[in-house]
Amino acid sequence: MRRLAFWLMLLPGCGNALAEFSGNVAAEAVTFPDDPQFDGQFDNDLSFSFQPRWDGQWNDGDDQWSVELFTRQGSKDEGRDHNDVRELLWLHVDGDNEWRVGINTMFWGVAESQHLVDVVNQIDAVENIDREEKLGQPMIHLKRYQEWGVLDFLLLPYFRERTFHDKPGRLREPLVVDTDATEYQSSAEEYHIDYALRFSNTYDDLDIGISWFQGTRRDPLLFPGIDDRGEPVLIPYYEQMKQLGVDAQLLYGDWIWRLEMIHRNADSGTANAFVYGFEYTFYGVMDSVADIGAIVEYSYDDAPEGQRGAFDRDVFIGARFAFNDAQSSEILAGFLVDTSNHGRSFRVEASRRIGTSWKLELELQTFANIDEVDQSAAFADASEGGFAADPQASFANDSYLLVDMAYYF
Amino acid sequence: MSPNNTNKGKSLALLLLFAMSQAAMAVDSQQKGLEIARAARAYDKGFTDFTANMVMILKNRAGDTAKRFIRIRTLEVEGDGDKSLSIFDEPADVKGTAMLTYAHGLEPDDQWLYLPALKRVKRINSRNKSGPFMGSTFAYEDLGSQEVEKYSYNYLRDEACGEWTCHVLERFPVYEHSGYSRQVVWLDSEAYRMVRTEFFDRKQSPLKTLVAGDYQQFLGHYWRPGTMYMENHQTGQSTLLEWTDYQFKTGLSERDFRSQTLKRVQ
Repeated sequence: MRRLAFWLMLLPGCGNALAEFSGNVAAEAVTFPDDPQFDGQFDNDLSFSFQPRWDGQWNDGDDQWSVELFTRQGSKDEGRDHNDVRELLWLHVDGDNEWRVGINTMFWGVAESQHLVDVVNQIDAVENIDREEKLGQPMIHLKRYQEWGVLDFLLLPYFRERTFHDKPGRLREPLVVDTDATEYQSSAEEYHIDYALRFSNTYDDLDIGISWFQGTRRDPLLFPGIDDRGEPVLIPYYEQMKQLGVDAQLLYGDWIWRLEMIHRNADSGTANAFVYGFEYTFYGVMDSVADIGAIVEYSYDDAPEGQRGAFDRDVFIGARFAFNDAQSSEILAGFLVDTSNHGRSFRVEASRRIGTSWKLELELQTFANIDEVDQSAAFADASEGGFAADPQASFANDSYLLVDMAYYF
Repeated sequence: MSPNNTNKGKSLALLLLFAMSQAAMAVDSQQKGLEIARAARAYDKGFTDFTANMVMILKNRAGDTAKRFIRIRTLEVEGDGDKSLSIFDEPADVKGTAMLTYAHGLEPDDQWLYLPALKRVKRINSRNKSGPFMGSTFAYEDLGSQEVEKYSYNYLRDEACGEWTCHVLERFPVYEHSGYSRQVVWLDSEAYRMVRTEFFDRKQSPLKTLVAGDYQQFLGHYWRPGTMYMENHQTGQSTLLEWTDYQFKTGLSERDFRSQTLKRVQ
């Protein structure tokens, strides 16, 4: 990794036609005001990230390459200190076909509060609980444009394990996840060849996507176990799954209606989940140039308890404030209410450019009315379908304030 | 019939005649305004496509400045509004962001935004015509494709404008969600170059003035401005657009303006 980074640093010197260099370096401070729920967890942390990117093209743009690396260092939580290749990609355009070979990060779906159909990339879970940071996925990807829509064919020859916090980390599971003991349903383990297909098209104000995935499930089941030092740990188990996903978005006046739904089949059970809702935008609020978008989304997941995502019967109510000023100031604030157990979380993300090259981001996340993990109950069911606690229960004491200052180049 | 009544009848008839002639003149001036707008659009037909670089220099009341670098690619579409792609190079935190617009006449445009941090193409609502573009004094509607049917027109007069003679016309947005009640536009009578536009807000107060200059001719026919200066009289902010590297008929096609190609635009 370090050697690769060194050689890539030299590339920008090879001539501007070949490579364009960009990226950011950032410092992130985070503080947790409440006492931790589990032994050894820190109260605050400071870490640094570096995300360089190189882009180049030849054949008049019909061939392109891109490299994007990411590293976070300096955290008290060794699980958060990690390196990743987000992109290492060759793109070839041949008329209505686009080939992408290498490592890439992609996004499918339309919903704001959670991403159900977006299954190609593993989540870089130690980065943020918003699940929007992802690990680079090795792939051979053909995108084909047809009169009647766009087809994506993906062959995914290598699986990326989820990242987990180490013992001092906050926002982690009740026990440390032992990634040295990872188990797979497939005997090919991380070399199982997954594939994914997607059809998408736009019909005037309606966007539709239908996707199919078959292979290693990105969400692990966690089983209690003992590591080689005799400590109790959680052991990730990645099963095989088939998932059908549908996403749709309709623009109607100042409204945007969104829907994502999935049907998933795996040995641990069959699940149906959906998220639907709307965003309504008020333009030029109170004679200003600012816009406010009101976002409401409802999530439902019929998977057996313990296997649901964090969004099982949840309502998200949020507002997006776009100030439309020279500093691109923005605030996104939202409540997430679990209608089944009345757990509530509140989140605010605010960002603003400072000068020409700096960006300041603030993030406030609170958890309220969430019971701590009931260890005995959680582990009693564990022999069945994996570790069975409300996914948010282990975050009960982990309300936090985060400040991130980034320099972009 | 008393003489008094006769007089009344006479003045009524005169008034009616006057009103009718005024109405006829109004119809005439509306027709003439529309014809000029059509002629301006017709003059620019057939450019096929063009690319250009744009520097935006934003200045606030205190005199602080901020710069944006944007590359523009535009494709002429037969029988509909143009397709255009804006690629942001600076400020650095938005580098790689790209915006794709399919302009339509009175119908709202189709618009997509590519967010490189999330690797996500997002369909966005384009009804926000009056919102500022990148924090500048230009609204989205000022930079969009200027289709004839987006306005109703009224011809005012011809007058000298620098070395040229200009048609001066009023135009009234007929699309929804405009930030303006009307605009007064100066177009030169020879090649319909927009020299100056005055914008009036929804309360009829003067809002902004746009002055375009340094016109250059391309392919021996099409004129494009080198500078556009937009001043907001109510906020004291201004924005200077400097256009460079105009290239016409570059071979762009529909393929370069698909929402999913935003992911690979460089």
